[in-house]
Amino acid sequence: MEWVNAIVQGILLGGLFALFATGLSLAFGVMRFGNLAHGDLAILAAFLAVSFASTLDVNPFVTMALVVPIMAAGGYVLQRFGFNWSIGADPLPSILVTFGLAVVIQNALLEQYSADSQGLDVGSFETRSIEFTDDIAVGWFPVLILGVAVVVLVGLQLFLSFTRMGRAFRATSDNPSTARLMGINDRNIYAVVMAIAFATVAVAGLFLGIRQTFGPTDGPAQLIFAFEAVVIGGLGSLWGTLLGGIILGVAQTVGNQVDVEYNVLSGPLFGHLIFLVVLAVRPSGLLGRSQQ
Amino acid sequence: MSPLLEVSELSSGYGDFQALYDLSITVNEGETLAVIGANGAGKTTLLRAITGLVPTWSGTVRFDGQNLLPVPAHKRVAEGITMVPEGRLLFPSLNVRENLLVGGHGRRPGPWTVERVVEVFPLLAPLLGRASSVLSGGEQQAVAIGRALMANPRLILLDEVSLGLAPVVVRQLYAALPEITAHGATALVVEQDIGQAMAVADQVVCLLEGRVSLEGPSAGLERADITAAYFGMGHRLEAGEEGDRG
Repeated sequence: MEWVNAIVQGILLGGLFALFATGLSLAFGVMRFGNLAHGDLAILAAFLAVSFASTLDVNPFVTMALVVPIMAAGGYVLQRFGFNWSIGADPLPSILVTFGLAVVIQNALLEQYSADSQGLDVGSFETRSIEFTDDIAVGWFPVLILGVAVVVLVGLQLFLSFTRMGRAFRATSDNPSTARLMGINDRNIYAVVMAIAFATVAVAGLFLGIRQTFGPTDGPAQLIFAFEAVVIGGLGSLWGTLLGGIILGVAQTVGNQVDVEYNVLSGPLFGHLIFLVVLAVRPSGLLGRSQQ
Repeated sequence: MSPLLEVSELSSGYGDFQALYDLSITVNEGETLAVIGANGAGKTTLLRAITGLVPTWSGTVRFDGQNLLPVPAHKRVAEGITMVPEGRLLFPSLNVRENLLVGGHGRRPGPWTVERVVEVFPLLAPLLGRASSVLSGGEQQAVAIGRALMANPRLILLDEVSLGLAPVVVRQLYAALPEITAHGATALVVEQDIGQAMAVADQVVCLLEGRVSLEGPSAGLERADITAAYFGMGHRLEAGEEGDRG
């Protein structure tokens, strides 16, 4: 029974990973932009929520109404007037630029908030759960996270499939210079993509901050999980990102069960192993477009 | 007839490579102009400079009297300039209908809709839901032309429509040109196929090594003169300029 529980908890944890990975997947899918600061942006959003929650004296959930738009606007501006210069056939400039940004964010957070761990307290909701059997209980909060992840990913997929703007995203992803011939401003598309990426990672960062304590240098670990979820699911596929997040979540919670004493190590280790197996057996990911 | 497009003393190219040298052409509204020339003569570069995809080094491009140089490529579509690029360049992630719809992204008002494109190219009717990558070359070219029409252009630039297609398919595609111009679009056609170019165009310009080597009404040009202008016979051929950039 505890294995079933591990799988259920893993699926729920997968929602958080998927939410982390959404922005990474979208930015890479549309503009081949690998954002190494992605995890640090999540932590930045969580710290912003800490500040707003204490100065405005509100529940951290309420700060989402401020943090998410601020992050989205930041993403738009940063892409439009910064990252766009690094986009091209060569992925290296974007990696260097975002690596630099990651260092800047971590140190700015250390300056501002010190190295102390912080948490976001949403009261009793955090621990409330539904018990199915004696062994299996499902927390409302993890269910909320998974629900939000599904809504965000399905919503984005529908947006890409059925809207004029989504069509422009896909056309730009295929061929930016031909997209310009259609009257599509690719630079603006990239900025909108980054705004969406920042908004989703802000939501993920807030959920992370509610779920566990966090410090200014926790970003890179989150980046690795997000990156693994994207690769397992398949680059450029949002369904794949959801699937990849869930597989990674299950791998980690099942890994925790294998060696309960060292679960801090064995959980992520199992996640990394699954990642390596997928990379070796199916490099384009489970739902990724196969290499032509 | 008033000039719709005036290119004067245009120089352009890629990086250090100059493809166009002080080139001037004029396209009158309602007229079809064919630009012919060998590989590497600068035909495609000329079109890409008109659409803004390659930078203009010097000279001017005026469209309906307006200076286009400060207008970025994606805004020139809104002015009414559209291009069917060489090699068709459909979007593989989009199906045929979506490829057509994305052509109308700028929502410039005009007569063209998916239904009207299908009327002009009936072969597309059963293909609208298909992935663009599984189409034949001729079908892809029809989609590419339809996609450009969806922008409701005043000027449509057609780059090497015949490239890689069977002659019978090429004739079918060009048969649609009168219907396109009847809807108020002026066409600038780039062709390597001189016969096809002469058949559809009112005016012909021949390019040689980035310069105009011959121009005139298509009815009044002698075949021998065109051949000479096309291959640069009678001129001293300068070595060095070769390549795929037409």
